[in-house]
Amino acid sequence: MLKTTPFHPRTAALMEAQQWRRWAGFLVASAYEMSHEREYHAIRNSAALFDVSPLYKYHLRGRDATRLLDRVVTRNVATCQPCQVMYTPWCDPRGKVIDDGTLHRFGEDNYRLTSADPNLRWLHQNARGMQVEIEDASERIASLSLQGPLSRSILEHAAGRDLGALKYFRLTNATIGGVSVVISRTGYTGDLGYEVWMDASEALPVWDALVAHGRPYGITPAGMLALDIARIEAGLILLDVDYVSARKALIPGQLSSPFELALGWTVSIDKQPFNGKPALAREKADGPSWRLMGLEIDWLTLERLYEDMGLAPRVAATASRVSVPVYDGSKQVGYATSSAWSPLLKRYIALAHLEAGSATPGKELEFEITVEHRRKRATASVRKLPFYDPARKRS
Amino acid sequence: MKNGRVDAIVIGAGHNGLICAAYLARAGKKVLVLERRHLVGGAAVTEEIVPGFKFSEFSYVVSLLRPEIIRELDLPGHGLQILPLESTVTPMPDGNYLAAWGDHDETRRELYRHSPLDADAYDEFGILMHHMAHAVKPIIGMMPPDPTSLSPKELLSLGKLGGHMRSLGARKFYALHKLMTMSSADYLDEWFETDVLKATKSASGIIGTFMGPRSPGSAYVLLHHYMGEIDGAFRAWGFQKGGTGGVSDAIAGAARRFGAEIKLEAPVGRVMVKNGRASGVALENGDEYHADIVVSGLDPKRTFLKLVEERELPGDFVASIKRFKTRGSSGKVNLALSELPRLTCMQPENIARWGGVPIPPERYLRGAISISPTMDYVERAYDDAKHGSFSKRPYMDVVIPSMIDPGMAPPGQHVMSIFCQYAPFAIEGGWDDAKREAFGDAVIDALAVHAPNIKSAIIARQVLTPADIERITGLTEGNIFQGELALDQLFFLRPAPGYAKYRTPVDGFYQCGSGTHPGGGIMGASGRLAALTILGERT
Amino acid sequence: MTYDVIVIGGGLAGLTSAALLAKAGRRVLVLEQRDVLGGLHSTDEIAPGVRGDAAAHDIGWIPSSVMKTLGLDERALALVRPDPSAVSLLPGGSTLTLWTDPARTASELQRHSPSDARAWRGFGERVARLAGFLQAIYEGPAPEPLASGATELLSMLGLGRKVRSLGSDGIIDLLRTLPMSVADVLDETFEHPALKGLVAASGVARLVQGPRSGATAFLLVHHHVGAPPGAIGSRLIARGGLGALAHALAESARAAGAEIRTGSAVTQIVVSEDGVKGVVLAGGDEITASTLLSTLDPRRTLLDLIDPIYIDPELSQAVGAVKYRGACAKVNLVLDGLPALSEELLRGALVVAPDMGYLERAFDAAKYGAISDRPYLEARIPTLHDASLAPTGRHVMSVLVQWVPYRLRDASWDGTRREALGDLVVDTLGDVLPGFRERVIAGQVLTPRDIEDRYGATEGSLTHGELTLDQVLFMRPVPGLSRHATPTPGLYLAGPGTHPGSSIASAARAAAVMGASKRRPFSRPRGDRAPLTR
Repeated sequence: MLKTTPFHPRTAALMEAQQWRRWAGFLVASAYEMSHEREYHAIRNSAALFDVSPLYKYHLRGRDATRLLDRVVTRNVATCQPCQVMYTPWCDPRGKVIDDGTLHRFGEDNYRLTSADPNLRWLHQNARGMQVEIEDASERIASLSLQGPLSRSILEHAAGRDLGALKYFRLTNATIGGVSVVISRTGYTGDLGYEVWMDASEALPVWDALVAHGRPYGITPAGMLALDIARIEAGLILLDVDYVSARKALIPGQLSSPFELALGWTVSIDKQPFNGKPALAREKADGPSWRLMGLEIDWLTLERLYEDMGLAPRVAATASRVSVPVYDGSKQVGYATSSAWSPLLKRYIALAHLEAGSATPGKELEFEITVEHRRKRATASVRKLPFYDPARKRS
Repeated sequence: MKNGRVDAIVIGAGHNGLICAAYLARAGKKVLVLERRHLVGGAAVTEEIVPGFKFSEFSYVVSLLRPEIIRELDLPGHGLQILPLESTVTPMPDGNYLAAWGDHDETRRELYRHSPLDADAYDEFGILMHHMAHAVKPIIGMMPPDPTSLSPKELLSLGKLGGHMRSLGARKFYALHKLMTMSSADYLDEWFETDVLKATKSASGIIGTFMGPRSPGSAYVLLHHYMGEIDGAFRAWGFQKGGTGGVSDAIAGAARRFGAEIKLEAPVGRVMVKNGRASGVALENGDEYHADIVVSGLDPKRTFLKLVEERELPGDFVASIKRFKTRGSSGKVNLALSELPRLTCMQPENIARWGGVPIPPERYLRGAISISPTMDYVERAYDDAKHGSFSKRPYMDVVIPSMIDPGMAPPGQHVMSIFCQYAPFAIEGGWDDAKREAFGDAVIDALAVHAPNIKSAIIARQVLTPADIERITGLTEGNIFQGELALDQLFFLRPAPGYAKYRTPVDGFYQCGSGTHPGGGIMGASGRLAALTILGERT
Repeated sequence: MTYDVIVIGGGLAGLTSAALLAKAGRRVLVLEQRDVLGGLHSTDEIAPGVRGDAAAHDIGWIPSSVMKTLGLDERALALVRPDPSAVSLLPGGSTLTLWTDPARTASELQRHSPSDARAWRGFGERVARLAGFLQAIYEGPAPEPLASGATELLSMLGLGRKVRSLGSDGIIDLLRTLPMSVADVLDETFEHPALKGLVAASGVARLVQGPRSGATAFLLVHHHVGAPPGAIGSRLIARGGLGALAHALAESARAAGAEIRTGSAVTQIVVSEDGVKGVVLAGGDEITASTLLSTLDPRRTLLDLIDPIYIDPELSQAVGAVKYRGACAKVNLVLDGLPALSEELLRGALVVAPDMGYLERAFDAAKYGAISDRPYLEARIPTLHDASLAPTGRHVMSVLVQWVPYRLRDASWDGTRREALGDLVVDTLGDVLPGFRERVIAGQVLTPRDIEDRYGATEGSLTHGELTLDQVLFMRPVPGLSRHATPTPGLYLAGPGTHPGSSIASAARAAAVMGASKRRPFSRPRGDRAPLTR
């Protein structure tokens, strides 16, 4: 039996489409309505409310908490201020990415690390000989993500306070629905948005308060299908889709370094020793052999390929997680791991792993598509990520 | 055919003998299989010991049957149908339980209940085992090279092996070295902290061996459980429909289809050797059959010490065969049941007490019940055996085939197969009827601790000690692998140095049983590789 | 004063490497935490006026090349090879004796089993042949099975030649025998229970495994390395106690210019990302050096003394998983006279292991965290080789008791438990050694925990980690570190916890890696690959 999240009584009641999926052993909504389209547009137009409780969450406290985190993750944790959040990947000793997530610093020796996969054992292995308490708070802490241009207004009403001062990737304490929560200005949509963290036992009053205060603003509970499109627009990678954890890779070709995932900016090569440091220092000097880039599939060639078959062009309404080969002439130079039609940008976009030589913005490549059972190639050009980056995200 | 001449004679219609015969027949040879008993299968048979109840008498799960054999002999076309065995429940001494399910998320949730760290470790362990199985797979499929030979062919083969090892890279090579040399207890200690998890896993590392989980060399067998899984979609871990005899019937069907003749109740008395060459066999009743190729599917001791005159074999070879270890260590109890066992630990109120997820009985009873409550329990079971008696509290792997294939028992009733260890062949004073029943009682008592209704549910029971296994199947000392799967008896040492390639000191006489490389379980690789050797094919 | 090399640990490994490095012109400082040298092989006062080997009481193999380099011979090192090698004390007061001369043993066996007497010589030759092969490996760097470089391949070829020199039967025998249980090997060869028990004891000595456990045949062969061919169970002792051996090595080191400081416990190895910086002593003093050889066990060195952020988590995981498991307690007894057995026999190791089943049952108890009331004992009376250890008329008896768990399942080690263990030893010996019980006038009990506390050996392991097939050669102490260099530049490891599992031989290997065999300045090893010296 799958587990249900603390919000299940609410999400189940809303579920019209019976479109559930698994996330980390939990049952979560793919889409509440028959189509996810309205849920997607809420992200970009009003505010979408996601139940993100299945995220793994670890609380680290104690004298060596900072040292432990600094040896695990690639960013420089010592420079993270209390009430700051850092997005960071972490690597194995070969410098290959194990997972990525956000690190919340609550105080001098008090942190929360979120991750896509379980990391309890890895943290323990790294903590040998250190004074630090590691708590798996995954099920103790429930979390909601409120994303979209009106998310701030809704939260301000619900929390009864001004959040204008809460900067991008900062966190603050607040009370919503009578419940103490932590609000972080973070998210997985590349839009203005917040994540709200609370004790699982007090989850429902928070949901209810947000929905009540959000109704005038068009708050829309949304599922994973809508989120998937938004995160591709925002150029945000997903474990097990866009890369394989170094822990699970079966062959060397499945390993990725932070540089190869366009996360070179997260690698603080000058800080204390951390996992993978020597390998990453070498890679930083030599340059990565792969790069994660955006890819925009040229609509005109796509249209023509369909026209050749006597059809009008079609693209799936949901994001695709099927890996697709990318070519430069006769040579395969990469593969796209996530792709989607962006309803907002009106473009067919993808996240692609490209050999360094082909990873130049503007370069024309070919993206494989199947038209009426036949393999075709559509022209696609390399783009910088993200595809969509509204000023309100940070302002 | 009473006296006659064929191209090849296969002694013993066990699964390897049948596979060998099928491949030889498929290549156009005229093949005669001679079986002592009234049915094919050897230790892979289904018998209706109690009317209406079909017992997979000895071997009861299929795990490692080679996919190429299934494909090449079209076994599904002859009735092979393997039904999945998905879960394992282990009752614990304090009333708690540990379950492993077919679904990853469910298993993780259950493990997490026992240890959050072990829940993480379990996945990583699975990945490592996948790597290890991948590393070992080519070795299982290869003809063992002779490390002492300097012939170019052998050196090439050795070089290939070395190349394969190097291709694994350092991490995997060292991990494999540890797996081959450590005890399962120590190996598991490096990964897990939950005692019952280690006990259940290590129990799978001692099946069919005469080692305890703390003895170095027992870790390797852990791998076997994972090996069935790396053939991807194939994944043959489960029950044969109609019982294990169905596997033998399917292979026999394939062999017959290729033209092989299988003669039942035809016990071979000796292999006839003329001028150092095999010329045929003589049955116990004096009938003779002639062939230039004679293959024995019997275990090495029976093959070389009973069927062939000692003067036909080199002295050091005979010495090697004599010291080949075949200590039987396991027994079997088959039950006809009027109702299903009720596991105390899986009753809803008990599950709730321990914070587990309620599971209907029809679900967990489709899987295995492992009686391996603690590491010490399994180790103490071994202590009894090494000091000469059967385990007072044996390790048991319990399955209820009628839950998966209702045709195994009358409607509403059930058959239960209990694999038990340890029951040493060399029990002090030897096995007799009283000891057999005492052993049967010990098994039932140990099960009744966790399923109190079992005693009243028994309609009939069959207790098989290693002595019975030897008597019925002919396996020397009742060893289910035709010889222990220990490091000193594997690969080019199986069954004897210089004779690991299915040939024997007698020209034209071959061996194809699981006493040869790679051996063990219903794998069939020995039978196939033997046939390919005989047919002169390279592998 | 600045030093080229700091050596941590004044045991046999530390002193040997210090002597070798000093001889090669290095300025060497040895730091020993205790006030006496020798570590596990030191000779301490065990009762007023009585001295004895406090922990280990014998030693296996001393490579002759080391003695040659240091200009020491057996006499200078005060070494004695007792003959008989081992005497089994059997119920009823009878004995079975293994002599260093296989012919003499064979004739002794004649009265027990003529067939075993016939098989003895062949068995000794077989074990000696296998041990000779191990010795050939032990004299070089740990073989690297994944070698790819040219020099590596050459060394592998050399090894291959050594393998082939065994002959094809020998290779098969090697591959077949090493993973076997010593019980299976002996059951194939002999029939007499007492002989099998006594020989099996050598396959399980200092190991938490019984004779039926896999790969105990390897340990039997390992223990034969350095012994006269066929002298099963033969070990070396030192006149004046093993401490005398330590002092001879220390003299050699000092003569070559090494400085040795006792009472200097290292509490921290200071490292940076560039490598070793120095050490911090218990008093807070800091001594700088860029090269450091630790002869403590690998867990203490890598996990206890170094800031964990400098040790890769996978390495620390591997080091943390090394099995130590001290198998023995040590009971040192003072006797006011000798037991009623011929003095010739009393000179050997006196073993209580009357048959393999006895050993197996003694081991069984340890699996469940208890001590068998019929333990396996190995006793020596060093005063028979050097009377000066005790006042006239007094004798010292050193008894290794096996199996004694480091952690008791249902109790913790306290005075009562220690006393009970001492009584158990006296009773067990008293049952098989006539006139023994009444000779005992004083005693001292060291549990594995005491051995850890006193000598720093993790879990009281006298071998700094079990000698099992998964922890020898390229696996010792952990993969990648078998050639003494560590990923931390300038930090090297030696001691029995490293290849080849023997203090002095490991020290010679480490010193060679550190350049003692070549008169050139230090060069940092490239990556984790240690430079080749052979």
